[in-house]
Amino acid sequence: MTPLAAFLIVAALVFAIGLAISLTRRNAILVLIGIELMLNAANLNLIAFWRFGPHAGHSDGLTGMMFAIFSIAVAAAEAAVGLGLVIAYHRHSKTTDLDAMTRMKG
Amino acid sequence: MIVGIAFLLIAALTIAGAVAAAVLRNLVHCALSLTVTFAGLALLYLQLDAQFAGFAQILVYIGAVAILVVFAILLTRGAGIPEYRGFSSGWLLGLVIAAATFALLAWAVIKSLPAQVATGAAPAATVQSIGAALMSSYVLPLEIVAVLLTVALIGAVIVAMPESTTPQSKAEDGGGR
Repeated sequence: MTPLAAFLIVAALVFAIGLAISLTRRNAILVLIGIELMLNAANLNLIAFWRFGPHAGHSDGLTGMMFAIFSIAVAAAEAAVGLGLVIAYHRHSKTTDLDAMTRMKG
Repeated sequence: MIVGIAFLLIAALTIAGAVAAAVLRNLVHCALSLTVTFAGLALLYLQLDAQFAGFAQILVYIGAVAILVVFAILLTRGAGIPEYRGFSSGWLLGLVIAAATFALLAWAVIKSLPAQVATGAAPAATVQSIGAALMSSYVLPLEIVAVLLTVALIGAVIVAMPESTTPQSKAEDGGGR
């Protein structure tokens, strides 16, 4: 198994576990955690392809790395807004159980 | 180049942390094992010669996101909530979907590998060159990310802020009680 395949398999496993968390858990915060894991798996893919892929496209050979860095920044923003929403919902209805979250209107 | 023992150890640590986050009952334990996974991913980035991305991962995820998750868990663990049953009613279906996704991805990875893969030296990505690129050819995305982070910061604060500050809603609150 080449190194690229090994990293891609690990990323696929992390993605699948994140998907499983998002689909099976009932707590909204844990669903956000699963989404974070999926984003991280995508980042690992980007960095692995940056490391082992051919660098023909861009002159400085930094494209994959830049993509991963910007992706990390966007994921951080997503986490902040998502957790803020969960806290706001909890203040309103005293639950973070997704089965009980049926309406968001005040 | 053969996959090294260090890679196997780090990968096992990462996967173990993710699985623990998936199955543990206590939410705080889930957040802590998530931190282990983030650290393992940062080590994987370092193994891929992506130093800047690895340290950015440590700073952003372990330093900020994990703390944020712990705060959110502690803030939402209020009085009177019954203990979570943990898993949704359709958990078996979700597990099957996740396993099928992994099987598809792994099949694609293993099937499509004999393409050309550069196994030579790592492309040069010093912090200096990254900073120069961020200030020259990637300056527009950098500005957009800056705006996005500002908007997200303000939006998260506004969403999570207590709302009843207008006199009318205060009067309604007083009347209700």
